[in-house]
Amino acid sequence: MRTILNIFHQLGRWCEPVIEGIIRLCGISAIIFVFGIFFFVFREGMGFFFGGLDIIEFLTSPEWYPTSVSNKRYGVLALIAGTFSVTVLAMFLAVPFGLGAAIFVSEFCGPKLKETLKIVIELLAAIPSVVWGFIGLTVMNALIIELFNVPIGLTMLNGGIILALMSVPIIVSIGEDALKAVPDSYREAAEALGATRWQVIYRVLLPTAKNGLLAAVLLGVGRAVGETMAVLMTTGHAVKMPTSPFDSVRTLTATIAAELGEAAVGSDHYQILFIIGVLLFTITFIVNFVTDLVIKGIREKA
Amino acid sequence: MFNQVLCAIVTVAFCLFLNGCTKKDETGQKNEANTAEKSVIQNAGSDTMVNLAQAWAEEYATVEPNVSLEVSGGGSGTGIAALVSGTVDIANCSRQMTPAENERVIQSTGEAPKEFIVGYDALAVYVHKDNPLAEISIGQLAAIYGEGGDITEWSQLGIDNSECANDEIIRVSRQSNSGTFFYFREAILGKNRDYKLGSRDLHGSKDVVELVAHTPCAIGYSGMGYATEEVKMLKIAQTTGDPAYGPTAQGVLDGTYPIARPLYMYSLGTPEPQEQSYLDWIFSPAGQSIVEKTGYVPVGQK
Repeated sequence: MRTILNIFHQLGRWCEPVIEGIIRLCGISAIIFVFGIFFFVFREGMGFFFGGLDIIEFLTSPEWYPTSVSNKRYGVLALIAGTFSVTVLAMFLAVPFGLGAAIFVSEFCGPKLKETLKIVIELLAAIPSVVWGFIGLTVMNALIIELFNVPIGLTMLNGGIILALMSVPIIVSIGEDALKAVPDSYREAAEALGATRWQVIYRVLLPTAKNGLLAAVLLGVGRAVGETMAVLMTTGHAVKMPTSPFDSVRTLTATIAAELGEAAVGSDHYQILFIIGVLLFTITFIVNFVTDLVIKGIREKA
Repeated sequence: MFNQVLCAIVTVAFCLFLNGCTKKDETGQKNEANTAEKSVIQNAGSDTMVNLAQAWAEEYATVEPNVSLEVSGGGSGTGIAALVSGTVDIANCSRQMTPAENERVIQSTGEAPKEFIVGYDALAVYVHKDNPLAEISIGQLAAIYGEGGDITEWSQLGIDNSECANDEIIRVSRQSNSGTFFYFREAILGKNRDYKLGSRDLHGSKDVVELVAHTPCAIGYSGMGYATEEVKMLKIAQTTGDPAYGPTAQGVLDGTYPIARPLYMYSLGTPEPQEQSYLDWIFSPAGQSIVEKTGYVPVGQK
């Protein structure tokens, strides 16, 4: 018995540092993955990025002709405008609904309704994006043509509505968590001072939960910027600088999805799609960075 | 003490796990050897031909039960890309392979692709069934679709498309890895001209017809095999004033329909025996009758 325990003891000795190392590795793996992905995506597009690509034209020209025979042009301004316009429109629709729903679920409704609502909202989040795209392509297309008397329903508006529906569940569940995290003593104190329910929410809850609510909105933005299949199917996929919500647009993500399969490995077209990937990466990085700064700023003020 | 025992168990389990993995690999290889006896032909590419290829595959399963075909679409460019990477045995293509692509296949696989013309397709130009337009010329199509073209409204074609709210012609096109996209560009605009930006670039032959069916303002092009009751195929004239011809088998065969094209299949080098017998069967009357059934024109007659 003693010898067996001794063996275990010996095993434990060299075992512990190994396990500690594994756990440490898990901890920093996120950093490794992020840099790894960035490195590999950038490496694929590097050759063209440093040799031949006119960066100014790339960012400022709306002419996207990657498969032209005589005059290839790689301008992604229209695609950037498409991504931004659809995202902004989606957030314009999703933020009031999402935060409103979060406040309702967390503050106003009874426990039974709350459970039902949460389940239904989670169900909404579980719908695959291609199904959303399908709804946009068939139901929303006909509806938009009918309601607004426009020639075609595959527009920025269609994509924006679908993206809004996709990001609302995220905003609601994260936003609700943020509101729930506000201690009940705050509410009680405010009510004891004679605040109405609206005043409690507006003056106490929202300022306290600001960080969490901002995180909820930005996660929604992330979902909208990164979404591919649904926007590919609903926005009409037309390279065009949008001038109204009834214009068809094309997003950066949809362009990569639609064109990468065909582009010959190593060709200019292939490399430029990876450069678009780097651009998307940079955009999300900036969004996250700005969020961090904003949250920090709020914290310091508070 | 307890921790040491636990740690030892983890270590032992880890070793067993590694062991298990290597064993699994061995059985995996065995499985592969088994499936090799029942041969599989991988077949991918043109979206125009995907219905045809699937119909062939289904019928061939009854003729030759030992050979199973795996058919997928995605676009002619996708098929060629798969041929380059060696993941398909036969690529379907609704346009001819370019010399550059041919070179790439040789470079990456060491074998030259072999070309087979398996049928003909008249590329139909579709409009909504309520559109009064009956015929159109190649020049008019070029002015609608081509970069710098000046036709943007239905009234410029001399018709009153009353169903279409603002008279704007909604151009429906295809994504850039589509063989149809390339063929139509070359046939209508010539080798060096590009499409006008802002067309709705859809992802499938069927999608084009479906969108046109629901959009009174739209015009689109797709294989004649995708015609439905809800769309109208335009007659096409070489130049305005010439007699116009509809996309019929007759028109394809006698060359009066101006935008007809061969449908290709490409194998890597000389086809393997089971691929050869599949291709032989495709060229047999049984195989060619399926070409006719799916709405295309058989090769034997031309």
